[in-house]
Amino acid sequence: MARPGTAEQPLRVAIIGAGPTGYYATDQLLRQEGAVVEVDLYDRLPTPYGLVRLGVAPDHQKIKSVTAAFDKVAAHPRFRFFGGVEFGKDVTLADLRAHYHQILYCTGAQTDRRMGIPGEDLEGSHPATEFVAWYNGHPDYCDYRFDLSVERAAVVGVGNVAVDVARILCRSPQELARTDIADYALEALTRSRIKEVYLLGRRGPAQAAFSNPEIKELGELADADLAVVPAEVELDAASRESIAKSQDRAAGKKVEILQAYAQRPPAGKARRLVLRFLVSPVELLGDAGGRVAGMRLVRNELYATPTGTLQARATDRFEELAVGLVFRSVGYRGVSLPGVPFNEKWGVILNEKGRVLDPETKQPVVGEYAAGWIKRGPSGVIGTNKPDAAETVECMLEDLAQGGLRAPAHPTAAAAEALVRQRRPSYVSYPDWLRLNELEVARGRAQGRPRVKFTRVEEMLAALGR
Amino acid sequence: MNIASILARKGAQAVTVRPEQSVREALALLARHNIGALIVVEGADRPVGILSERDIVREAARRESVFARKVAEIMTRDVITGQPQDDLMSVAHTMTEKRIRHLPVVDQGRLIGVVSIGDVVKAQRDQFQGEVDTLQAQLLEDQSGRSH
Repeated sequence: MARPGTAEQPLRVAIIGAGPTGYYATDQLLRQEGAVVEVDLYDRLPTPYGLVRLGVAPDHQKIKSVTAAFDKVAAHPRFRFFGGVEFGKDVTLADLRAHYHQILYCTGAQTDRRMGIPGEDLEGSHPATEFVAWYNGHPDYCDYRFDLSVERAAVVGVGNVAVDVARILCRSPQELARTDIADYALEALTRSRIKEVYLLGRRGPAQAAFSNPEIKELGELADADLAVVPAEVELDAASRESIAKSQDRAAGKKVEILQAYAQRPPAGKARRLVLRFLVSPVELLGDAGGRVAGMRLVRNELYATPTGTLQARATDRFEELAVGLVFRSVGYRGVSLPGVPFNEKWGVILNEKGRVLDPETKQPVVGEYAAGWIKRGPSGVIGTNKPDAAETVECMLEDLAQGGLRAPAHPTAAAAEALVRQRRPSYVSYPDWLRLNELEVARGRAQGRPRVKFTRVEEMLAALGR
Repeated sequence: MNIASILARKGAQAVTVRPEQSVREALALLARHNIGALIVVEGADRPVGILSERDIVREAARRESVFARKVAEIMTRDVITGQPQDDLMSVAHTMTEKRIRHLPVVDQGRLIGVVSIGDVVKAQRDQFQGEVDTLQAQLLEDQSGRSH
C-alpha cells in the first residue's frame, strides 16, 4: 500500500466545523508541497463560514469579507464540503476513523457561561448568543422570541458579543434594513419599543475588552445617544499606573474617548445607550408573573493580582436597575463531542498544541486533533485562529512524517462520499452552497441589501430543488 | 485575552516536586520531561517555590554534594503566581520586568499549570498576527470595493 500523503494515496483529512479555523487549517493542509492532502470539511449546518455568517453582526459586513479568502481555499480540487452533516449523529467517530487518516475538530465555543446568580432563568433573561444567532438567521434559532415590547434592556458584559447586541438593539430600522439581518429579526426590531439599553462592565473602562473603533461606533448611532457616567470613567490610580507601566496607548486612548463622551450633552435621540463600569449583577428580580423586572447590581472596585492584572472585587454598595430584558455575555465554552476527550476545566477538547490527548495516559490519541476555540477557548479575533490552526497543522504533518497515523479501512474520497450520501442524501456540497449564496445575494440586490438569508434548512434545500 | 487560553492547550499538568525530595530526583524529572523548571508544591498542590536549572547549576558550582541536598534547600522561594483570569498583557509585562521564565498558575490556592515566557511571547505574537491579518483582509476588501 502506498505511503499516505502521496499522489497514489493522499493523506485523507476530515475537518469538523466549517468556521474560520476549519478554512485556515484546510488552506494550510492543501498548500503543503511535501504532502498530497485531501480535505473533507463537515458542518452540521448546510451553510459554511460558522460565526462569520452567524455570529459577526449584520452591520459589520466588512468583517464578513474574509469569506472571499475562504471561497478561494474551497476552489481547490482536493477540497469538498459536506454541509448539513452532523458529527456524532449523521456520521460517527467510528465512521470517520474508517475513512480518514486524520480528524481535526474545529467546532468552536458553542455555549455561554452562566452568571450563576439568582433569577438567571426568569423569563426575559437570555444568553446573548441566542439573540445573536436569532438576528443572524441561524436555522436552530429562527423560531426564538424575544420580548422587545419592554422599554429597558441590559446587556451583561463588554466584550464583542455584548457590544454587538447593545448596538443592534439601538440601531434604527433604516440602519438595519441595509444589512443582511434575518427578515423576521428586522421586522421584530422595527417594532421594538426599547428606549434604553445598559451595557454593564465588571471592571473599569481601561480594562474593557472592546476596541476603540467599536466604542466610537457606539457614539455615532443614528437613533441613540451614548451616555457614560463621568465618575465611572475617571481613571483610578491603579489603572493609571498600569497603563503607564505597560505603555498601553490603546487603553489610555480608550479612557480618553469615554471621558469625552461623558462630557457630551445628549442630542435628544429616540434611544439611549448607557455604558456602565465597575458593576456586576448579583440577582435578577422578577415580577409576579415570573418575568424579569430588574436587577440588583453591586459596585466593584479594582485590585491588582500578583502579576499586575486589575480585577474587580465587590464592595458593599448596591443599586437596582429596572430592566425587562437581560442578555448575558460573560464568557463562552466549548461543547464536548461524542467520543472525544474533553477538558471540563477549560471547556475545550483535551489537547496539547492541538494533539488530542487520552485523559488516562495524557498521550496523544493517534490521528485526532483540535484547532481554534475548541482547542484554546474563545479568545482573539477571527485572524487569531490562523496561527492557532498552523500550530495544529504542524503537528499533523509531523505525525504524518513519523508514521503516527491511523490506518483507515476505506481511505478514499469515493468511499467517504458514499458514506455521506447514504447517511445524509440531502447534504449540501460547495457548488450547492455557491448556488445558495447567489440566490441570497440576488434576493438582497432587489432590496439594496448585501443578501437576504435563507434561515430554514427546508427553505435552503427547496431552493436547491431537493 | 487572559492566560487561561494558554493553559487550555497545554493538556498535561505542570511537573511538580516536593520540598523534601532530593536534587537528584528533581534532576531526573527535569531530564525525563525535557523541561527547565519544576514547581515545588506542598499539601494539596500549593506552590511554595520553584526549582530551575539555574538554581541547580548555581549550587553545583558551589559544592559537589548538590545531588544529595533537598529541593527545599536550594529552590527559589517568594514565587510570583498567576491566576487563570490574569490579562496576557500584564502577565507579559510582569514576567519581562521581573525576569520570570516560569509562572505557576493557581486557582483557589492550588497549582493548575505553568505558563512560560515562551508561551506568553507566542500567545502575544499570535494575537498580533491575527489582528494584522484581519485588518489586512478588510483593507484589501476596501480597495477592491473602490476599484469597482
